[in-house]
Amino acid sequence: MTEHVNFHFEIDGENFTSAGEASVRIKKNLREMGFSPEIIRRVSVAMYEGEINMVIHANGGTADVDIYCDRIEIVLSDRGPGISNIELAMQEGYSTAPENVRSLGFGAGMGLPNMKRYTDDMKIESKVGEGTTISMTVWV
Amino acid sequence: MQIREIAKLLNAKVLCGEEHLDREVKSACGCDMMSDVLAFVKDQAVLITGLCNPQVVRTAMMMDMRCIVFVRGKNPPQEVIDLACSAGIVVLASDERMYTACGTLYVNGLAGGAEVHDRAC
Repeated sequence: MTEHVNFHFEIDGENFTSAGEASVRIKKNLREMGFSPEIIRRVSVAMYEGEINMVIHANGGTADVDIYCDRIEIVLSDRGPGISNIELAMQEGYSTAPENVRSLGFGAGMGLPNMKRYTDDMKIESKVGEGTTISMTVWV
Repeated sequence: MQIREIAKLLNAKVLCGEEHLDREVKSACGCDMMSDVLAFVKDQAVLITGLCNPQVVRTAMMMDMRCIVFVRGKNPPQEVIDLACSAGIVVLASDERMYTACGTLYVNGLAGGAEVHDRAC
Protein backbone atom coordinates (compact mmCIF):
# COMPACT_ATOMS: atom_id res chain seq x y z
CA MET A 1 0.00 0.00 0.00
CA THR A 2 1.54 3.28 -1.08
CA GLU A 3 -1.19 5.74 -0.32
CA HIS A 4 -2.53 7.01 2.95
CA VAL A 5 -6.16 6.04 3.56
CA ASN A 6 -8.52 7.78 5.98
CA PHE A 7 -11.76 6.49 7.46
CA HIS A 8 -13.93 8.98 9.31
CA PHE A 9 -16.85 8.11 11.58
CA GLU A 10 -19.41 10.10 13.53
CA ILE A 11 -20.08 8.28 16.79
CA ASP A 12 -23.70 8.52 17.91
CA GLY A 13 -23.77 9.30 21.61
CA GLU A 14 -27.46 8.65 22.04
CA ASN A 15 -27.45 4.98 21.23
CA PHE A 16 -25.53 2.44 23.28
CA THR A 17 -26.92 -0.33 21.09
CA SER A 18 -25.06 0.93 18.02
CA ALA A 19 -21.80 1.66 19.87
CA GLY A 20 -19.00 -0.28 18.26
CA GLU A 21 -20.33 -0.20 14.71
CA ALA A 22 -17.39 1.94 13.54
CA SER A 23 -14.94 -0.52 15.07
CA VAL A 24 -16.63 -3.43 13.33
CA ARG A 25 -16.40 -1.47 10.08
CA ILE A 26 -12.67 -0.78 10.62
CA LYS A 27 -12.04 -4.39 11.43
CA LYS A 28 -13.66 -5.39 8.13
CA ASN A 29 -11.72 -2.73 6.20
CA LEU A 30 -8.37 -3.80 7.68
CA ARG A 31 -9.14 -7.43 6.91
CA GLU A 32 -9.90 -6.53 3.30
CA MET A 33 -6.66 -4.57 3.15
CA GLY A 34 -4.72 -7.65 4.20
CA PHE A 35 -3.43 -6.71 7.65
CA SER A 36 -2.50 -9.51 10.05
CA PRO A 37 -5.12 -10.76 12.52
CA GLU A 38 -3.03 -9.47 15.44
CA ILE A 39 -2.83 -5.93 14.06
CA ILE A 40 -6.53 -5.99 13.20
CA ARG A 41 -7.47 -7.09 16.68
CA ARG A 42 -5.28 -4.50 18.40
CA VAL A 43 -6.65 -1.62 16.33
CA SER A 44 -10.27 -2.68 16.51
CA VAL A 45 -10.27 -3.38 20.26
CA ALA A 46 -8.59 -0.05 21.07
CA MET A 47 -11.07 1.77 18.88
CA TYR A 48 -14.00 -0.17 20.28
CA GLU A 49 -13.12 0.77 23.85
CA GLY A 50 -12.81 4.37 22.70
CA GLU A 51 -16.20 4.27 21.03
CA ILE A 52 -17.80 2.85 24.14
CA ASN A 53 -16.14 5.55 26.25
CA MET A 54 -17.42 8.31 23.97
CA VAL A 55 -20.96 6.99 24.18
CA ILE A 56 -20.84 6.50 27.97
CA HIS A 57 -19.11 9.71 28.94
CA ALA A 58 -19.21 12.25 26.14
CA ASN A 59 -22.43 11.96 24.16
CA GLY A 60 -20.53 10.73 21.12
CA GLY A 61 -17.82 12.28 19.01
CA THR A 62 -15.72 11.50 15.97
CA ALA A 63 -13.26 8.77 15.09
CA ASP A 64 -10.58 9.01 12.42
CA VAL A 65 -8.48 6.06 11.39
CA ASP A 66 -5.51 6.85 9.18
CA ILE A 67 -3.78 3.94 7.57
CA TYR A 68 -0.19 4.27 6.36
CA CYS A 69 2.13 1.61 5.05
CA ASP A 70 4.00 1.40 8.38
CA ARG A 71 1.38 2.37 10.97
CA ILE A 72 -2.28 2.87 11.79
CA GLU A 73 -3.31 6.00 13.66
CA ILE A 74 -6.60 6.32 15.51
CA VAL A 75 -7.84 9.71 16.71
CA LEU A 76 -10.96 9.88 18.86
CA SER A 77 -12.36 13.33 19.67
CA ASP A 78 -15.30 14.39 21.76
CA ARG A 79 -16.78 17.50 23.31
CA GLY A 80 -17.67 15.77 26.55
CA PRO A 81 -16.90 16.79 30.12
CA GLY A 82 -13.17 16.10 29.82
CA ILE A 83 -10.93 14.10 32.16
CA SER A 84 -9.83 15.99 35.26
CA ASN A 85 -7.14 13.53 36.35
CA ILE A 86 -5.70 11.53 33.45
CA GLU A 87 -3.25 9.60 35.63
CA LEU A 88 -6.10 8.41 37.82
CA ALA A 89 -8.29 7.60 34.81
CA MET A 90 -5.52 5.39 33.42
CA GLN A 91 -5.51 3.17 36.51
CA GLU A 92 -7.16 -0.21 35.98
CA GLY A 93 -10.37 -0.37 37.98
CA TYR A 94 -10.94 3.37 38.26
CA SER A 95 -14.21 4.43 36.66
CA THR A 96 -16.65 7.31 36.78
CA ALA A 97 -19.24 5.42 34.74
CA PRO A 98 -22.73 5.26 36.25
CA GLU A 99 -24.02 2.00 37.68
CA ASN A 100 -26.35 1.33 34.75
CA VAL A 101 -23.33 1.16 32.44
CA ARG A 102 -21.83 -1.60 34.58
CA SER A 103 -24.99 -3.61 34.11
CA LEU A 104 -24.29 -3.40 30.37
CA GLY A 105 -20.84 -4.96 30.79
CA PHE A 106 -18.67 -1.86 30.80
CA GLY A 107 -17.60 0.77 33.31
CA ALA A 108 -15.13 -1.50 35.09
CA GLY A 109 -12.31 0.95 34.69
CA MET A 110 -10.62 -1.06 31.95
CA GLY A 111 -11.36 1.09 28.90
CA LEU A 112 -8.40 3.47 28.83
CA PRO A 113 -5.95 0.82 30.15
CA ASN A 114 -7.13 -1.53 27.40
CA MET A 115 -6.59 1.17 24.78
CA LYS A 116 -3.04 1.62 26.04
CA ARG A 117 -2.49 -2.13 26.27
CA TYR A 118 -3.39 -2.73 22.65
CA THR A 119 -1.54 0.18 21.06
CA ASP A 120 2.11 1.14 20.77
CA ASP A 121 1.57 4.78 21.62
CA MET A 122 -1.32 6.64 23.21
CA LYS A 123 -1.75 10.32 24.01
CA ILE A 124 -4.63 11.90 25.85
CA GLU A 125 -5.37 15.60 25.57
CA SER A 126 -8.27 16.75 27.68
CA LYS A 127 -9.72 19.94 29.08
CA VAL A 128 -12.46 19.85 31.65
CA GLY A 129 -15.63 21.27 30.16
CA GLU A 130 -14.26 21.23 26.60
CA GLY A 131 -13.60 17.63 25.63
CA THR A 132 -11.03 14.94 25.06
CA THR A 133 -8.88 13.82 22.16
CA ILE A 134 -7.15 10.46 22.29
CA SER A 135 -4.52 9.63 19.69
CA MET A 136 -3.24 6.09 19.34
CA THR A 137 -0.71 4.48 17.03
CA VAL A 138 -0.24 0.84 16.13
CA TRP A 139 2.93 0.10 14.19
CA VAL A 140 2.48 -2.43 11.45
CA MET B 1 -14.32 -29.84 21.37
CA GLN B 2 -16.98 -29.27 18.76
CA ILE B 3 -19.56 -26.56 19.44
CA ARG B 4 -22.17 -29.29 19.02
CA GLU B 5 -20.78 -30.99 22.12
CA ILE B 6 -20.94 -27.74 24.11
CA ALA B 7 -24.62 -27.48 23.25
CA LYS B 8 -25.16 -31.08 24.31
CA LEU B 9 -23.24 -30.80 27.60
CA LEU B 10 -25.12 -27.64 28.59
CA ASN B 11 -28.46 -28.84 27.26
CA ALA B 12 -28.50 -25.62 25.28
CA LYS B 13 -30.76 -24.38 22.54
CA VAL B 14 -29.08 -23.34 19.30
CA LEU B 15 -30.38 -19.84 18.53
CA CYS B 16 -28.27 -19.30 15.44
CA GLY B 17 -25.33 -20.78 13.57
CA GLU B 18 -26.64 -24.33 13.28
CA GLU B 19 -24.44 -24.75 10.21
CA HIS B 20 -21.30 -24.08 12.27
CA LEU B 21 -21.85 -26.65 15.04
CA ASP B 22 -19.02 -28.85 13.76
CA ARG B 23 -16.45 -26.13 14.38
CA GLU B 24 -13.66 -27.09 16.78
CA VAL B 25 -12.93 -24.80 19.73
CA LYS B 26 -10.10 -25.21 22.21
CA SER B 27 -10.80 -22.77 25.03
CA ALA B 28 -13.44 -20.56 26.58
CA CYS B 29 -13.96 -17.76 29.06
CA GLY B 30 -16.88 -16.97 31.33
CA CYS B 31 -17.46 -13.30 32.01
CA ASP B 32 -20.14 -10.63 32.34
CA MET B 33 -17.73 -7.68 32.08
CA MET B 34 -16.96 -7.10 28.44
CA SER B 35 -13.93 -4.90 29.16
CA ASP B 36 -12.41 -7.84 31.03
CA VAL B 37 -13.02 -10.03 28.00
CA LEU B 38 -11.29 -7.43 25.85
CA ALA B 39 -8.39 -7.23 28.31
CA PHE B 40 -7.70 -10.83 29.14
CA VAL B 41 -8.92 -13.05 26.33
CA LYS B 42 -6.31 -14.28 23.92
CA ASP B 43 -7.45 -17.20 21.83
CA GLN B 44 -10.60 -18.24 23.61
CA ALA B 45 -13.21 -19.02 21.02
CA VAL B 46 -16.22 -19.36 23.32
CA LEU B 47 -17.74 -16.62 25.48
CA ILE B 48 -20.00 -17.75 28.30
CA THR B 49 -22.05 -14.89 29.73
CA GLY B 50 -25.31 -13.90 31.31
CA LEU B 51 -25.27 -10.48 29.70
CA CYS B 52 -27.71 -10.02 26.82
CA ASN B 53 -27.01 -6.90 24.77
CA PRO B 54 -25.45 -6.24 21.34
CA GLN B 55 -22.13 -5.30 22.93
CA VAL B 56 -21.65 -8.94 23.92
CA VAL B 57 -21.70 -9.84 20.23
CA ARG B 58 -19.46 -6.91 19.24
CA THR B 59 -16.99 -7.91 21.95
CA ALA B 60 -16.99 -11.46 20.62
CA MET B 61 -16.48 -10.10 17.11
CA MET B 62 -13.52 -7.99 18.25
CA MET B 63 -11.91 -11.04 19.82
CA ASP B 64 -12.64 -13.35 16.84
CA MET B 65 -14.75 -15.65 19.00
CA ARG B 66 -16.83 -18.36 17.38
CA CYS B 67 -19.55 -19.07 19.90
CA ILE B 68 -21.51 -17.24 22.60
CA VAL B 69 -23.29 -19.20 25.32
CA PHE B 70 -25.97 -17.27 27.19
CA VAL B 71 -26.44 -18.86 30.60
CA ARG B 72 -28.91 -18.52 33.48
CA GLY B 73 -31.85 -19.03 31.15
CA LYS B 74 -31.34 -15.68 29.46
CA ASN B 75 -33.10 -15.13 26.18
CA PRO B 76 -31.19 -12.62 24.08
CA PRO B 77 -33.26 -10.13 22.06
CA GLN B 78 -33.66 -10.89 18.36
CA GLU B 79 -31.35 -8.00 17.42
CA VAL B 80 -28.57 -9.70 19.39
CA ILE B 81 -29.18 -13.01 17.66
CA ASP B 82 -29.32 -11.33 14.25
CA LEU B 83 -26.05 -9.49 14.87
CA ALA B 84 -24.31 -12.71 15.87
CA CYS B 85 -25.79 -14.51 12.90
CA SER B 86 -24.49 -11.85 10.52
CA ALA B 87 -21.02 -12.30 12.02
CA GLY B 88 -21.10 -16.09 11.71
CA ILE B 89 -21.07 -16.59 15.48
CA VAL B 90 -22.97 -19.53 16.95
CA VAL B 91 -25.40 -18.53 19.73
CA LEU B 92 -26.41 -21.04 22.38
CA ALA B 93 -28.77 -20.53 25.33
CA SER B 94 -28.62 -22.67 28.44
CA ASP B 95 -30.50 -22.69 31.74
CA GLU B 96 -27.28 -23.54 33.59
CA ARG B 97 -25.71 -21.02 35.95
CA MET B 98 -22.39 -19.52 34.92
CA TYR B 99 -20.38 -21.51 37.47
CA THR B 100 -21.96 -24.81 36.50
CA ALA B 101 -21.66 -24.16 32.79
CA CYS B 102 -17.97 -23.25 33.05
CA GLY B 103 -17.27 -26.22 35.33
CA THR B 104 -19.07 -28.67 33.07
CA LEU B 105 -17.14 -27.55 30.00
CA TYR B 106 -13.84 -27.45 31.87
CA VAL B 107 -14.05 -31.00 33.24
CA ASN B 108 -14.99 -32.20 29.77
CA GLY B 109 -11.79 -30.82 28.30
CA LEU B 110 -12.49 -27.24 27.24
CA ALA B 111 -9.62 -25.21 28.66
CA GLY B 112 -9.63 -21.73 30.15
CA GLY B 113 -6.33 -20.19 29.24
CA ALA B 114 -6.99 -16.52 29.99
CA GLU B 115 -3.78 -14.61 30.33
CA VAL B 116 -2.93 -11.57 32.38
CA HIS B 117 -0.10 -9.66 30.82
CA ASP B 118 0.87 -6.26 29.54
CA ARG B 119 -0.32 -6.84 26.02
CA ALA B 120 -3.18 -9.21 25.46
CA CYS B 121 -2.22 -10.25 21.96
